[in-house]
Amino acid sequence: MVSFSTYPGDWVIILPVIVCLVGAALLLVLKQVREVQIPLALLSVGVVAACEVALLTRVLTVGPVSMTMGNWLPPFGISFTADLMGTSFALVAALLTFAVLIYLEMDAPDRAKRDGIYPLVLLLLAGVSGSFLTGDLFNLYVWFEVMLISSFGLMVLGGKNVQLDGTVKYGFINFLATTLFLLALGLLYGLVGTLNMADVMLRAAKVDPAAMASVAAILLLAFGIKAAAFPVNAWLPASYHTPPAGISALLAGLLTKVGVYALLRTMVALLPASRDVLDPLLTAIAVLTLLIAPLGAIAETHLRRALGFLVIGGIGACLAGIALPTAEGIGGSSIYVLHAMISLTALYLCAGLIEKLTGETDTRKMGGLYAAASLPSALFLTLVLAIAGVPPLLGFWPKLLLLEAGLDGSGIVSGVIDWARWR
Amino acid sequence: MNTLIFRTIAPLLVVVMLVFSVFITLRGHNEPGGGFIGGLIAASAIAIYGMAAGPQATRKAMRVDPLAIAGFGVLLAALSGLLSMPFQLPFLTGLWADLHLGDTAVAISTPMFFDLGVYAVVLGSISAIALALEDSGEDG
Repeated sequence: MVSFSTYPGDWVIILPVIVCLVGAALLLVLKQVREVQIPLALLSVGVVAACEVALLTRVLTVGPVSMTMGNWLPPFGISFTADLMGTSFALVAALLTFAVLIYLEMDAPDRAKRDGIYPLVLLLLAGVSGSFLTGDLFNLYVWFEVMLISSFGLMVLGGKNVQLDGTVKYGFINFLATTLFLLALGLLYGLVGTLNMADVMLRAAKVDPAAMASVAAILLLAFGIKAAAFPVNAWLPASYHTPPAGISALLAGLLTKVGVYALLRTMVALLPASRDVLDPLLTAIAVLTLLIAPLGAIAETHLRRALGFLVIGGIGACLAGIALPTAEGIGGSSIYVLHAMISLTALYLCAGLIEKLTGETDTRKMGGLYAAASLPSALFLTLVLAIAGVPPLLGFWPKLLLLEAGLDGSGIVSGVIDWARWR
Repeated sequence: MNTLIFRTIAPLLVVVMLVFSVFITLRGHNEPGGGFIGGLIAASAIAIYGMAAGPQATRKAMRVDPLAIAGFGVLLAALSGLLSMPFQLPFLTGLWADLHLGDTAVAISTPMFFDLGVYAVVLGSISAIALALEDSGEDG
């Protein structure tokens, strides 16, 4: 065993996950002491966010940070590896969780405590942070399972019939996705002999490209289900509106984005040659997802079900960036993930507020809200405009990058000019 | 299930199983066993007691909420990993110390505490599930 000393500052890479787990465990132990629940949960998430800020500054100064657990060097030890993309996603996830915790406490404090929601929220954040920071594909699978179990619990708590219905759909389809993910990992391990991401990156080029492309295709299906991309998107609008609004916001803001992150990681960083093989498929999925989402949102009259289709639309935009692997495309896709996390969480929370004010979930019966409460309606309008990508709001900038990537890559611009000259 | 024979034997069985589960857990580092299987044996003991005496009596006998035991287990496992921080070693690095008791030396290590944490998590969560299932059976 080779031993090496670890710089103490590197601990900030693993602390987000540990703090979440320890916080969840403490909340579970202290379940009867209801007064400490929300302060302890907020404290844990605050510490997680502080660790991620420290990690981000370290990544910005010295580049990617890595730590291998138990001093067992890869490919045996599990590594955590943080780069700019993963760290910024993890930081935004922690900040959003903080906001949602405050919303949950203000919305229905007694229900949240009786059902024991806060430990599950922390467990979900542990899964999300772990996925964003891990440098090992099998470990990524483990964090996917942690997320699946905690989100399953969050969705079903409350025990209404509609919740059970949504949870069964969500749970079954996502369980299938993680199983497919595990299957692909088995094949990948057989082909390259390692699951450490940096190691896979080095060895993937030497393996039979046809075999690698089939592994990449299974991964695309698995993460596509997780992200709710077009042909496998039906579970999302069928389940995300069933739990209380705060929980919906948390799930919509974090879960599908982890699927996109996993796609970015595996398709673009780990298996670029296989991504090129799958390029036509990725493009078709991205375009169809972008088309189906607004159509679904227009047809839907249940407010939060319609928002579910907006989540899917954001996934389409992110996939478009993965289908255009230039610097603009990848950058646009990553920034779009950040935008979608923030905007959709805010939109779901705002929708919860509106549902509480009007007492309705059907958009056709919500008329007259502006007269009754102008602030929530203005907020909702701003958020919808941000999702639509109206400048100077947040949604505009990643879309501009994606548009640039699309125009550069396809040669459409020159085609249009030629066509004009011909006229 | 609720026969006189079963109700008489169950407490004896529970005692033997709980002791055996600790033995299996501590043996686990180099031989078959460990926290997970030990926790399962202990949870089956709790389930047997639940079948014999009823879930309410079992909860009373356990004194602590099963889920709190599971939470404590996660806490113990995480803290055993954190112990390597002051030694400038990565998370979860095994640290070993010998405890000299007369002529014998007992090895105390962080993997052991991690395993005890796993034991508590499995015991707590599986017995919580078992007791909840027995609960709903009574209602129906």
